[in-house]
This record gives sequence, C-alpha cells and structure tokens, in this order.
Amino acid sequence: MTTTQSTEVPTKAAIGPATSTAVRVQNAVIKYGFIFVTVALFLYFALSEGSFRESATLLDTLRYVSVAAILGLGVTLTMAVGGMDMSVGAVAGLGVSVAAQTMVVHNQVGTVAILAVLVAGAVAGLLNALLIVVLKIPDMLATLGTMFVIQGSKLILVDGQSITPGMTMSDGSTAPGKFTDGFLKIDRGTVLGVPVSVLIFGGLTIAAWVFLARTRWGRVLYAIGANPEASRLAGIRVGAYRALAYVISGVLASVGGLILASRIGQGDVSAGTSQLLEAVAVALVGTSVLGRGRPNVWGTALGAVLIGIITTGLTIKGLPYYTQDVVEGAVLILALVFSFTLSKRRTA
Amino acid sequence: MSPTESGAPPAVPAVGLTDVSMAFGGKTVLASVTLDIAPGSVVALLGANGAGKSTLIKILSGVHTDHGGEVRVDGTPVALASPLAARQLGIQTVHQRIGEGIVPGLTVAENLVFEELAQQRGNPFLSGRTTLARAREIQAGLGLAWSDAVLRQDVGELGISDRQLLILARALATRPRLLVLDEPTSALSAAEAQRLFSLIERMREDGIAVLYVSHRLGEIDALADRLVVLRDGHLTEDQARPFDWDAALRAMLRLGPARQSQEVTTARPVREGDPGEVALSLRGVRLFEGRAPLDLDLRAGEVTGVVGLLGAGKTELARGLFGAEPFAAGAVELDGRAYAPRRPSDAIRAGVHLVPEDRHADALVPGWSVARNISLPFLKSFSRAGLMNRPKEDALGRETIDALGVVTRDEHSTVEELSGGNQQKVVVGRWLAHTPRVLILDEPFRGVDIGARRDIGRRARALAAEGAAVLVLSADVDEVLEVADRVVVLAAGEVHLDAYGEDAERDRVIQTISASV
Repeated sequence: MTTTQSTEVPTKAAIGPATSTAVRVQNAVIKYGFIFVTVALFLYFALSEGSFRESATLLDTLRYVSVAAILGLGVTLTMAVGGMDMSVGAVAGLGVSVAAQTMVVHNQVGTVAILAVLVAGAVAGLLNALLIVVLKIPDMLATLGTMFVIQGSKLILVDGQSITPGMTMSDGSTAPGKFTDGFLKIDRGTVLGVPVSVLIFGGLTIAAWVFLARTRWGRVLYAIGANPEASRLAGIRVGAYRALAYVISGVLASVGGLILASRIGQGDVSAGTSQLLEAVAVALVGTSVLGRGRPNVWGTALGAVLIGIITTGLTIKGLPYYTQDVVEGAVLILALVFSFTLSKRRTA
Repeated sequence: MSPTESGAPPAVPAVGLTDVSMAFGGKTVLASVTLDIAPGSVVALLGANGAGKSTLIKILSGVHTDHGGEVRVDGTPVALASPLAARQLGIQTVHQRIGEGIVPGLTVAENLVFEELAQQRGNPFLSGRTTLARAREIQAGLGLAWSDAVLRQDVGELGISDRQLLILARALATRPRLLVLDEPTSALSAAEAQRLFSLIERMREDGIAVLYVSHRLGEIDALADRLVVLRDGHLTEDQARPFDWDAALRAMLRLGPARQSQEVTTARPVREGDPGEVALSLRGVRLFEGRAPLDLDLRAGEVTGVVGLLGAGKTELARGLFGAEPFAAGAVELDGRAYAPRRPSDAIRAGVHLVPEDRHADALVPGWSVARNISLPFLKSFSRAGLMNRPKEDALGRETIDALGVVTRDEHSTVEELSGGNQQKVVVGRWLAHTPRVLILDEPFRGVDIGARRDIGRRARALAAEGAAVLVLSADVDEVLEVADRVVVLAAGEVHLDAYGEDAERDRVIQTISASV
C-alpha cells in the first residue's frame, strides 16, 4: 500500500531534492490522504470479505449513510458562512414525528406529509436564523438551544410517545391512518435497482455542489465565511445570506427526516438523535478532503461514504455494533488532524 | 555621579535605547532607534500609522523580544524577555485599549491588587480584608479617594475613565522607572483628560519617566518636555521645548526635502475646464456626536483630497457616505436627490463605492484568487440564472491586472501572494468594473510602494476625467497633493481649509493642520 502512495510524488527536477520530496510527500498526504484511506479501506474489506463485494451490500451502505450525508450537506452550507448547525439531528427527528402525525393521526396522504415535513424544516431553519442573525447569538449555542427546543416540542406534538399505525390515541379512539405505501418507498423503493434514498442523496449532493461551487449565491456564502466585514462592504446582505444557509440546512435536515421516517415506518420519538454527530462528523471530515481546509460538498459526500464503508465493513468483520461510535469518533479526530494540524503546518 | 549643568538632563537616563531595531519577515519596522528618557521627564512620541510606534511600545513592554540593539534601565543593560520581566524591571505600559488590563467579574479592589495576585507571591489564601487594605494603599498612591463601597463593587460598574485611573494606580504601585502611556486620552472627555494630566504632573515630580504616545498635539504641548517623531521606523525629529510644530508635522507626515526631490516629481494635477456639477452634497453632517456640523460639496470630474490627522473624521466621512456607519446627523444629496444609504449595498447600487482603510480586514477575501476578489461586488454581472460565468470573471481579472499594472503570476493567484501595493490595486480594481459615480479611497496608499501609488493615483484621476467624483482621504499631505485637484483639511470633524490648485499649496495645508490642533 505504501508503494501506491509513492507514485503520487513527482520525482523529477527538484532544487533541494531531500527537503522538497519530504514536503511533496506531506502535501500529497494532506491532499489525497483521506481519499487514499477511503479507497484502501474499501479494497481491504472487498478483498477480505466476499459479502462486502456484493452490489446489494454497497447500495445498502449508501442507503445507510444517506441520512447523515444529507444532514451533513446542510451542516456544510452553514459551515461555509462560518457557522455551524447543531440542530440538524433534532430537525430530522421532528420530520419523523410530523410525518407520522400527518399520516397516522390526521389520515393524510404521503404528499401532504412530505410537504408538512419540509415546511417544519424550513420553520426550524428560520428559527435558527432569527436567533443567529437577528438576536446575534453565537451559531453553535443558538442551534444547540433550538436542538433542545425542537426535541422538546416534538415530544409535546406526539404526547411523548411514538406514533404507530393502529395505536390507541389519548381520546381512546384508534389512529385512523397509516404510513402510505408511496411514503414507505422513499427508503425502501428502488429505481433500476438503486434505492430511492440513495438517488435523493446523489441528487442533493449534485444540487448542493452546483449551488455552493457554481452559483453566485454559493460564492457569496463562502465570502461571508472567509471575511464577513469585507463581504458587507462589497455590498452583500450578510444577514440575509446567513439566514438562507440555515433555512436550507433546516430543509435538508427535514429531507433526512423523511428518509428516516420511511425507513422506520413509525413516529419513533428518539429518531434523529444519533444522526447529529454523524452529520457534523461527515461535514468536518469533508473539510479535510483534498486538503482544502474548508467545507465543501464533495468532501462531505465522500466523508459519508467513508464512514459507511467503515461501519459496514466492521459489521461484516463481526465487530459489535456498540464499538461503532468509537470508530466514527476516531475517524473524525483523524480528519481534524488532517484539516487543522497538518495543513496549518504546511502553510507555516 | 557628577553634578550636571543646570538645565541639562541627568547623566543616567531612566530608560535608554541604543540602536534598537526590529524587522518582520525581512521588512524593517524599527531602524536603529536611539532614545534616552530622563527620570521625571515626559517624552512625547509622535508618528503616523505604521511608523513603528506600536512596535516600540511592544519592545518596551516585553512583547517583542527578538529586537536588535540595547535597552538600559538606570544605565544597566537589560533583557525585556517577557511582559512580566519588563514590569519587574520597572517599565509599565498602559495600553490604548483599557479593557485589556481589566479583569471583568472581579471587584475594583481585586483589580487593583491583580498584578500582585497574578505574580503568586505571598499568602495564597485571599482574604477580602487584606485585599481591601492593599487596594486602599494602591489607590492612595494615586491620590484617589475611592470609598470602600467603590472598592468592593464589580469593576464593570466603573466608567471608562475610572478604569483607566485604576490601571494607572496599579501601574504606579510598582514604583516604575518608566510609564508608557499609549493614546491615554482617546476614550476620555476633556475633564477626565485634565484629571489624567494632573496625575502625570505628579509622576513627573516623583521622578517617574513618562513616554507619552499620542497624536493630540494640544496635549503634547501642555505636557511634554520633549518631543520625538517616528517615521518609517526612524527617529526623525527630537525637539526640546519650545516645540516647532511645523517641523514636527513635516517629520511625521513625510515631508522631508529628500522625498520632495526624489519622489514628488509629477506636477500638481490641474483640472481643465469649469468645475463639474455637484455630485454629492453634504449638509449639516456631523461626523462625531456633539461636534459642529459640516457642509461639503463633492464635484464630478475632480479629485477631492481630504487631509487630516488620526481622529479628524476621515474614516467616519468615508463610512458614512458608503452606508457602512450612518452619520451622527445631517443630510446628503446625490445628484440632487436625497441619498441616505442604510447599508453598503444601497450605496453601491447608487454608484458610490469605497476602498476601505484596512484592506485586509475590510476588503480582501483571504485565500481567494485575484479574479474572485475583483468580481465580488458585482457577481450578478458574472452570472446567468445564478450560475457563475467563470471565463467572463477571469477575463475581467486579466483586464484589471492589465489596466492597473497588477504584478501577479496571473488572475488565479491568491491575493496573499501579492505585495501590499498590488493587493491595493486589486481592491481599487474591483470598483472599476462598473464605472462609479463617486469613488471614495480611504488611506489608499498605506503600505503601498511608490510605483503602485502612482498607478492608483493615475487611475483615480482618469476616473475623475471620465466624470466621476473621486474622494481621497489620507493623513499624508504629499499623497493628497499628488493626486487631488482640491484639498480639504479636516480636524475634529470640521473643515478647516477648502482650496484649489495654487491655494492648496503644501505649506498652507501644513499650517492649517498645525493651527487646527
């Protein structure tokens, strides 16, 4: 595996061969290190475990990470404006409850549920924007606060219990509705063999990449993250764009909630909590991909895939499920070493 | 020590500097400064922004330790290896930002004794009574008469001038040899400043040397025994009383004869034809709360230069016109219509553009390419349906590089790779994509080499010739005279001179500035 690495180092025409080779190796490690680790792990699992090679396993891996990845895209947007959205897990969980409430309790069709969930996500994003942009609360603290508020109000919405089709409601009657078949297809259905949730993940990744990297709005978001005062003095409505980032993040989190609701098939009150840390981890891993040291969409998507490969691979290897958090945490810390410690040293 | 002649300073200075120099990344910021400060004397230090004042202060306060030359305290060479070492050697510094010395959440008394607390000497167990007793001693040293109730209250309850007195009292409690005061009156009212001055008089009587860093000539005139001027890291002027203000200002504002012959070779610009129509008209504008209002007309087709020292109101004028910070009062018309920008985007839409004073903090996006930094204010014109048109963006980058002579590898270089002058060209260039109606340049030549200054000046004049109103604000008289048709002298938010061509002759501008102090 070390030989694979060394081919990335150009060998010719260096003025100070010894030092410049070392510097180039280090640069290559910083730039391609994470991609290399991903590919290497993939090859390792694929070669050592036959079941890992099956396309069903791979698609399942992607399906598994799609929620954290979509939430991570929202986090990436808020990181681009120099902020952070800690409420994405709670918003996804809210989406699960709203979907269940709409279909099971109010007996509405799937389309109505989808709209209700997206609106709930947008409202949560607006709440974050209000706290951060208008009331000037530091982003991390504000979204931590909304995280609790959203989790709490979700419980109030469902009277503190999970909503399942056919359950007995507080007035003694039986819940009239159920998760519609169409809604359940969001996670379980496939198009040409590819799960719908994976297609949503792919589509949103491309859309987020176009938005952040190819449109003027994305450019503005990055400008605000890099120098807010210069952005303001260049005529940018900094507050409006920061609000936009949080609203989009809220909507993306609610899309994650839709997939989660479809996957669980009931209004699980604890849904979404574990997704927060994965989403933040995925976005932070993303900053270290290609050594850019800044949030970017492909990095986030790749970070999600990496975490999926590790989780699936170790599961197949027989590692108990409860070791997963430690492994994900270690990956995150390694990524942070790449984006902060190593890249800082390079510029110094 | 042998008796000295009457009137001459004592032989051993309290603090002496010999050939003290400092460089950052190959750039010299202090060039062999030699300065002796006698006990009981007040030495005023003058200098424009970037002259090296703060570097000198940081050396004296033990922040910058890797300087060249020698520092002596009472004739003994010393190493100011850390802020603590500097204090222990008897050099106390009161920084401009008073907040830096105050520990919020502690009481006034605890703040007074904080230095002793921080040094971890004596009894580690704090009792309120001993703290209070020591605090009383310290404040008595400064002749303060704070009651125990005041000493016990949270330091946050104190006003800004009382906080400053607290820090002074704390500094004096250590019986310093030299007290460095950095712009001590910048946050004080006239009466509060007066209180500070009488304290400085007492220090003088106690034999404490004072290095008084200020740009307020009136204060220096009232307090100082001696005046030194730093310029570009060199000590260029050293006067005893009575002070020659014209010479001091010349030294400070880079008006040496050497520079006149070498650098200012271009003839004064002369506007051709009649004065243009009024583009911006300011009526009753107050740059500072409680100061007199100002009326000013800025005409299209000419470059108006506004000269003033630090604190004259130049930046307030620029930021007010650009909508970055509203004026305290007053009305502005742009081409005859009411103009009250609430934010920079309003100003930009109206064609009023600003090159801000601090290009790193307020203009450039770090890590971005030249082309992207140029296109930032007008992204709309480089996009269709929101999608960026990168070839068009890069083309504008190349165009700007050519038009202003930006020295760079290409339009994709990050701005950090460029020199200060070329960075400034990028900031100016971004506003040329849409011909501005009014272009405001706040200290556009700071940290900019002569070649870049010429290029930017030429571009500003060309823009005026195309019909824009150009406003150049600077503390440097020569810079303004080099580029402006008309010169306005600003002091404390008021216009003291407003003259064209011959009438705006160098000596007259200098005299107006020194008279306005």
